[in-house]
Amino acid sequence: MSAVYGTLQHTPDAEDATTASAVTEPATTTPPVAAKPAFNAKDKLGALMRWLIPPILGLALFIGVWALIAQETANLPGPYATWQSAVELFAHPFYNNGPNDQGIGWNILYSLYRVGIGFGLAALVGIPLGFMIGRFKFLSDMTGPIISLLRPVSPLAWLPIGLLVFKQAEPASIYVIFISSIWPMIINTAVGVRQIPQDYLNVARVLNLSEWKVFTRILFPAVLPHVLTGIRLSIGIAWLVIVAAEMLTGGVGIGFWVWDEWNNLNVAHIIIAIFVVGIVGLLLEQMLVFIAKRFTYE
Amino acid sequence: MEKFVQLDNIDVKFSTKKGVFHALRDINLSIDQGQFFTLIGHSGCGKSTLLNIVAGLQDATEGTALCAGREIKGPGPERGVVFQNHSLLPWLTCFDNIYLAVERVFGSKEGKSKLKQRTHDALALVGLTHAEHKRPQEISGGMKQRVGIARALAMEPKVLLMDEPFGALDALTRAHLQDELMKIVAATQSTVIMVTHDVDEAVLLSDHIVMMTNGPAATIGEILAVDLPKPRDRLALANDPHYHQLRSRVLEFLYQRQMRPAA
Repeated sequence: MSAVYGTLQHTPDAEDATTASAVTEPATTTPPVAAKPAFNAKDKLGALMRWLIPPILGLALFIGVWALIAQETANLPGPYATWQSAVELFAHPFYNNGPNDQGIGWNILYSLYRVGIGFGLAALVGIPLGFMIGRFKFLSDMTGPIISLLRPVSPLAWLPIGLLVFKQAEPASIYVIFISSIWPMIINTAVGVRQIPQDYLNVARVLNLSEWKVFTRILFPAVLPHVLTGIRLSIGIAWLVIVAAEMLTGGVGIGFWVWDEWNNLNVAHIIIAIFVVGIVGLLLEQMLVFIAKRFTYE
Repeated sequence: MEKFVQLDNIDVKFSTKKGVFHALRDINLSIDQGQFFTLIGHSGCGKSTLLNIVAGLQDATEGTALCAGREIKGPGPERGVVFQNHSLLPWLTCFDNIYLAVERVFGSKEGKSKLKQRTHDALALVGLTHAEHKRPQEISGGMKQRVGIARALAMEPKVLLMDEPFGALDALTRAHLQDELMKIVAATQSTVIMVTHDVDEAVLLSDHIVMMTNGPAATIGEILAVDLPKPRDRLALANDPHYHQLRSRVLEFLYQRQMRPAA
């Protein structure tokens, strides 16, 4: 603690000394003073390199293997051909030539919109339900068998039921997102509520806090990290599922786009789509990791 | 002197999977205002259970428990509890942890600035004004325990209940906090019930030491009055024959009359 404080205080002093001495007698003092920042910069550069080189090496290896396989396989475009195709594709991401021919940007946005609605509804239902299941043993025992039974069902198995009930592709795919992404949120929230240390609840009892204060000051903050873990798992699942669901239901969306390009035998676009799906999924995940970090107290 | 805490014929039985467990029997204890009582005994003798009855966290199976002439029904802010593991909420700062308690007790009568003043005063009392914006995980174990004590004291409880408050601390920190506790109790004239398994701590701090027999069906074996003059100084007491005499009485009770087979 004191050491940190010491360095914090020391740094500006050293800088002041640098500028002051540089003004008064530059010739004599400049070399030793300049040496230290240079060493620091070198150190930082080294750290940056150590951080950057392994992933770059991995990517290069991946692209190399891909190029090799592409060379041996007819019709599989290599990295360079895919790159050229991507440049062309992303030059006009938001063109619109009717319902079956729209830019990649529209396709991504439509998929995100479906995920947003389906996942949002799942969160609205799943998190409060998880709270109640965690709080009341009776409810937990009641819902336990149903959750255990339905949770392992493959998401796409729900699609025919959705189509049957909603008679339309759009609500059916949103419903598939909903039903497959709700489980992690219910389960994680319920586990979080059950794992609240008895000490905190004793504090609530000793202080005789009102129900509202117990919820806002104890239950909610204690469970929040678990809820965020559930949300993270759920959004990952939702993004996995939407691509598959759209392949089956059609319409505008990244999943259907992949299927459409397969029918057009445009393999480069399929590879681009795979990258796009991966990058969007990564961004969604990172966004939630960032939010989760802001709300963890440990 | 007013009888402040009164326990009459308290019996506690827990129903467990293996049947009924008789934890405490025939507890009779009355505590005057401003007195410092410690409960001492081997682990498993029900000291914490007894404290929890006064706190209202545990109901007695039989008998009556009174605090300030009223029957104890559930926990209440007039009985401040300091937990063994501090039990501060990790997502609140030290200030907010105490403010939560202050707001609950005085929020209906006093304005925000008065509530904040009370919180500041409580932190100042335990010497932690500089740490008010820190969260519990950013401060040491001794400091956490001091915040726990400040939280209990800020509620201006009629009785301060402490469950092995210094049990998890190292010896030096413990001695330091014992000295501080003595000063605080002298200044606030608090009535205190404290559970401990440390004989020196019991003799140093208390007016009366309640020595408990071994469980199951534990009860009060003997109550020892500690008539050492106050304020007490641990260095002076180290050479005080009367202190050693009292200490031996407790040790004798614990290790001769209530010796436990090695668990």
